[in-house]
Amino acid sequence: MSLTVLTVDDSRTMRDMLMLALKDAGFDVVQAVDGVHGLEVLDQSSPQVIITDINMPRMDGFGFIEGVRRDNRHRGVPILVLTTESDPSKKDRARQAGATGWIVKPFSPAKLVEAIRRVAA
Amino acid sequence: MDPLEQIKITFFQECQELLADLEAGLMALEAGEADEDTINAVFRAVHSVKGGAGAFGMEDLVQFAHVFETTLDDTRAGRLDADDHVIKVMLRASDMLADLVTAAQGDGAADLARAEVIAQELAALGHTPTGADAEPESDIPGLDFTPLPAFVAEAASAIDEPIADELGFTPMRVILDEPPAPPAGRGWRIQLTPAADMYAKANDVTPLLRELERLGPCLTSLDAAGVPNLTALDAEGAYLSWTVELAADVARDQVAEAFEFVEGDCVLSIEPLDTPPAVAIEAPLDLEALLAEARAPVPPTPEDEIQAVIDEVVPAIPVNVSPPPVAASPLAASPAAQATADASGASTAQATIRVDLERVDRLINLVGELVINQAMLTQRVAESGIARSSNVSVGLDELEQLTREIQDSVMAIRAQPVKSVFQRIPRLVREIAASTGKQVRLVTEGEGTEVDKTVIERLSDPITHMIRNAIDHGLESTAKRLEAGKPEEGVVKLAALHRSGRIVIEVSDDGAGINRSRVRQIAIDKGLIDPEAALTDDEVDNLIFLPGFSTAATVSNISGRGVGMDVVRRSIQALGGRISISSTPGKGSTFTMSLPLTLAVLDGMVVSVGEQTLVTPLTAIIETLQPKAADVRTLGPTSRVIAVRDAYVPLIDIGAVLGWRTEAPDPCEGVCLLVENEGGGRAALLVDAIQGQRQVVIKSLEANYQQVAGIAAATILGDGRVALILDVDAVIAMRGKAANPVSTLALAS
Repeated sequence: MSLTVLTVDDSRTMRDMLMLALKDAGFDVVQAVDGVHGLEVLDQSSPQVIITDINMPRMDGFGFIEGVRRDNRHRGVPILVLTTESDPSKKDRARQAGATGWIVKPFSPAKLVEAIRRVAA
Repeated sequence: MDPLEQIKITFFQECQELLADLEAGLMALEAGEADEDTINAVFRAVHSVKGGAGAFGMEDLVQFAHVFETTLDDTRAGRLDADDHVIKVMLRASDMLADLVTAAQGDGAADLARAEVIAQELAALGHTPTGADAEPESDIPGLDFTPLPAFVAEAASAIDEPIADELGFTPMRVILDEPPAPPAGRGWRIQLTPAADMYAKANDVTPLLRELERLGPCLTSLDAAGVPNLTALDAEGAYLSWTVELAADVARDQVAEAFEFVEGDCVLSIEPLDTPPAVAIEAPLDLEALLAEARAPVPPTPEDEIQAVIDEVVPAIPVNVSPPPVAASPLAASPAAQATADASGASTAQATIRVDLERVDRLINLVGELVINQAMLTQRVAESGIARSSNVSVGLDELEQLTREIQDSVMAIRAQPVKSVFQRIPRLVREIAASTGKQVRLVTEGEGTEVDKTVIERLSDPITHMIRNAIDHGLESTAKRLEAGKPEEGVVKLAALHRSGRIVIEVSDDGAGINRSRVRQIAIDKGLIDPEAALTDDEVDNLIFLPGFSTAATVSNISGRGVGMDVVRRSIQALGGRISISSTPGKGSTFTMSLPLTLAVLDGMVVSVGEQTLVTPLTAIIETLQPKAADVRTLGPTSRVIAVRDAYVPLIDIGAVLGWRTEAPDPCEGVCLLVENEGGGRAALLVDAIQGQRQVVIKSLEANYQQVAGIAAATILGDGRVALILDVDAVIAMRGKAANPVSTLALAS
């Protein structure tokens, strides 16, 4: 059974890129457009790995991560955060919120898959 | 198409939306209506443009967006006040960003020197340096994890000296792998003691060990000595340590990289294999305490329960356990509850798919054919004499209903909000305001009003033109406004709404209104109207739409308007629309455009002229009349007029205009359609008979045959005949001129 990855990003471009890279690597992909939507999709699809953006409307990545970690059913799911090189403080804050790891943008498909491999049980 | 190219297209589409959000947000900031969400949205827009641009290696765009983003981040964090000056610079930056996006798209080059100037202005606002090396201030303290030396010491010592505790847990050395050949020379000894935080963040030891094994053969041992007795055991605690001897000649960094994600959440040591294991610091044992603990009565614990605990602890993955007490505080839980409440709305709003326009158009064409086919079928059934009450007729009625619904639904697929046109207007307003030195506030309404995509695409130019006119000619200069007791800032309003099955676009200003005496004089000077003509105010206002009324040179000095308004009117007419103006001296003017919601179907009046069947757009028809002989007057050899209530309007025989007959028929034996052209001019079109009203599917005559004067398009009727759709304006304009005979056109099939 292939791994299901949930991607949470408000940018359609980013969602499409993640979809392309993840599908090519053989993952199943479910998508959400912001933190609120992400928590809902999480409940429906029980992914094994989550990749989330930080800056999103309604609920940002930090709120989303905290939400996942508070959710008894899903708090063990590894969460990778998409961050930009230029903002290390974001990474730290995401980790405080409970992020498992991070992917620095712009990412290559290889880097993406490697990061997933590093956190997937 | 290459999937990446496809994503690039998506990126540019998204950029347009983001740029619109950015601009809208900045405008809200400027108007002082911004809240935290607005600032966040503005930041996000630039951030997302940057993110996508980075993915495609669009360096100019990334660099500029980065500087912009940095300044916005300062604003967001409250380090920079969004005062007027700041917002002005940001608006300029937003225009520049739009230019850079356009350039990245391959449509021309951006002014990089100007980008650099604006980037410097942006940077000057904040205190952050430009360039990719800019490091935003971190307002979040780094992780502050202090390793617990005593714990490590205990763990380390326990490896070599297993001591059974009072519960019978005997720490043991677990060999996970077949012992590999002794490390040939070099390698690393990795000692890992995860903290509970590591597990809480869903990191696990398994993937880490897996990563190490990818580097070379590993000898891994587990130290479970840290597992406390059951009463003291926290199900979410971390009690285990691992030691891995990696026999591989790799750099230390490569080993450390595997632990990138867990740094700070564990105690980690990476030492070369040839050094002895880290010497355990002997923690002084508190013998008294140990003895006391050993003597304390231990509650009898069934073995299977212990086993359950071990099962749960050893994988150390917190699954199916109750939440830790901290998470149960109502404050912490509320955002999640909020999230759940909002979630249902989110999923419905986001349930969209993207489909190639080609596919939609093909579907629309097919539905058009279906409508025609259904109409033909209905007509044939009617002709065959089958009773209206028969099952076949009833079934056909249902089919008709269904067909209509399908048609409406399919048309709705192409419908889009006019937002995409409206969102380009603020920038235009800023530019014109800057070049005319006027202060202008743009107000938009009804951005969500939906209309067919083709109509939207063709709305852009007329709207641009009208906005330009409203500012350039409609609004007075600041000085004049002040003289007139008006606020310095002029208001231009752009609104869209649905009205009786059409979309109405209004562009209004609070300027001086049309200078009627001036307009009238120009029309007289240009020979467009008779000097003695008695015209109503409305008629005077609408003179500006006449071809030849104006050129830019003659009107740019007057306080009226008129730059190329005939051009605007023509493009609106080409869409089956009409435009009018109403103006109040001193108060301003309003242009109103009314357009069909779709260009694919038309509500028409089907009429007979001679042997032919014609369709007249219903929107053009004001009323139908049965002419009486007393109302018809003849002027000159060919011209006739008909009295409609208190006014005379020209009587036009369609058959004659289209060249189908030369002999003027008796008006009293026909029917007149009182029509109005886009300029508000009226005429009575004489036809032989009215067959009825129906919705017809428009088929381009130009695409299938050629352009024919007086004819807008064609359609196929229920009986399979081709019918021409009348171009009312053209017919009125053709009156009196030599008609272009179309008798060669093969009509009825």
